[in-house]
Amino acid sequence: MDQVATGEDFRASSAREGAATHASDDRSVMNCQIQSLYYGQFLAVRDTRIPIASKEITAFIGPSGCGKSTVLRCLNRMNDFVPGFRLEGEVRYRGQDIYAADVDPVAVRRTIGMVFQQPNPFAMSIYKNVAFGLKLNGFKGDYAERIEQALRSAALWDEVKDKLHHSGLSLSGGQQQRLCIARAVAVKPDLLLMDEPCSALDPIATRRIEELMLELKRDYTIAIVTHNLQQAQRVADRTAFLFVDTSKGGRTGYLVEYRKTDEMFSDPAEQRTKEYIRGEFS
Amino acid sequence: MSERAIVRPRLRQPELDAGLRASHDGLRYSLKHRRTLLDAICTGVAFSLAGLALVPLLSLLAMLIVRGGPLLNLELLTGLPPAAGMPGGGIGNAIVGTLIVVGIAALFSVPFGLLAAIYLAELGNGSRFESVVRFAAKTLTGLPSILAGVFAYAVVVVTMGRFSALAGGIATGTLMVPIVTLTAEEALRMVPSRMRAAAYGMGSTRAQVALFVVLPAARPAILTGVTLALARAMGETAPLLFTALFSNYWFQGHIDQPIASLAVLIYNYASSPFDDLVGLAWAASLVLVSLVLVTNLVAQWLTRRPIEH
Repeated sequence: MDQVATGEDFRASSAREGAATHASDDRSVMNCQIQSLYYGQFLAVRDTRIPIASKEITAFIGPSGCGKSTVLRCLNRMNDFVPGFRLEGEVRYRGQDIYAADVDPVAVRRTIGMVFQQPNPFAMSIYKNVAFGLKLNGFKGDYAERIEQALRSAALWDEVKDKLHHSGLSLSGGQQQRLCIARAVAVKPDLLLMDEPCSALDPIATRRIEELMLELKRDYTIAIVTHNLQQAQRVADRTAFLFVDTSKGGRTGYLVEYRKTDEMFSDPAEQRTKEYIRGEFS
Repeated sequence: MSERAIVRPRLRQPELDAGLRASHDGLRYSLKHRRTLLDAICTGVAFSLAGLALVPLLSLLAMLIVRGGPLLNLELLTGLPPAAGMPGGGIGNAIVGTLIVVGIAALFSVPFGLLAAIYLAELGNGSRFESVVRFAAKTLTGLPSILAGVFAYAVVVVTMGRFSALAGGIATGTLMVPIVTLTAEEALRMVPSRMRAAAYGMGSTRAQVALFVVLPAARPAILTGVTLALARAMGETAPLLFTALFSNYWFQGHIDQPIASLAVLIYNYASSPFDDLVGLAWAASLVLVSLVLVTNLVAQWLTRRPIEH
């Protein structure tokens, strides 16, 4: 067991409950079942059920405003910071509803890592950036070793090994994003959420991150939001397609289709998906 | 795709003429053009007013250097004030005293102001209490400094039963608190919110986000604010008059005793009938202004230093 303290406790207890209640669902790390998701009076997402399978990459695609980022942010309770956020439904992580009243969102976020759209390293050295999560979790082992390991798995080690004490903000955009990935995987999260991690990067940096995701898949479960269909096709095992419903005057996102990626792109079941993939609207 | 006729914009004759004129002489600078003239006048006025704003500072500095400069020597900087009517002597105890009073003020006001700033920028969540606190801090920046002295007199001098360095430090610290609070709040707010998001995303509590991520990122700007507050506090006289009082002796290590300071020394000696003491007041003024200047330069240096960004 190489997990850090808090996450481990939380995970162990949820795993036990999971075994009892959801034995059939053990391929899924996460089971997201949103009935309605509100920001104040505004219904942002409805009827979206997405399981996230272990050691796979699950992509969320769909047009702008379809709520794919919103759904992703439900998975580690980052939406808690949005005023008026309210969820009807449940998000089961290894069987336990992370929105249950007795669940500490801070513990959830220590177990479920996140990489954001904009690279956002802290204003501190590369070393301290990666050490941050370890310290937060009271990691007692060999920091230098763990940090090297994290930077290697983010394919950044060779570029920064001689300047670990330079500011993380001195790196290029693509390097910063890989630093953020290293920072996230340093604590060995059980699930890694990535919210359009390449949208601020150039095509070469994007390719590197995609290769990296395929590498990380061996050890981690990944859920990624992307507006880039080719990216979903290249990296994702399963894909969830969300769309916007404007019929009742609002803009409510909902799940249209969730399939294995190759099936989704070769033979979409829904008309909406077909049109979207063919690029008839976006 | 329906085929649309491509509409070429056709120039009308007057526009064409204007274009031709511009191509000949309209492109050259000439004060004959109304907007060029106006621009020149505005620039000139702005320059002269900016120059005018420098006059008080420059004339003051010149006067201090002319009157105080020749008196500067080692004895002046390290000696004690002379007995009335005697020549020589120095302002060493007042220099030390000013630094000690400002040091006490900083010890009291920096943690106070910083925590208030963290509350305002990170934890207040736009609550009513937050706006009350911010309003109070803004009001306090305009507080007449003598009232800060009255406050410290009532709180410290009266309860302790005597004038003291501590009372002087608290009086000047009271003036520093709002400056530190407001500049530090500004500095904290400048930290990009995506850094906060990253920290929360890793499972930080609000206190951890504020202390381990936002505060370090804002540190250079906060230091600048603190240094500026120190510079301001150094020159304050009114709050010291009936708190720290004055002393003709060296600081003995007791902050519960009256203490000398440059500002009060200047106040006392400037109106003295003895020329030597008036001379000391000039020299002390020069030293005080130099201290403030150096502190401001440090603040500038802190601001310009390449921040870890």
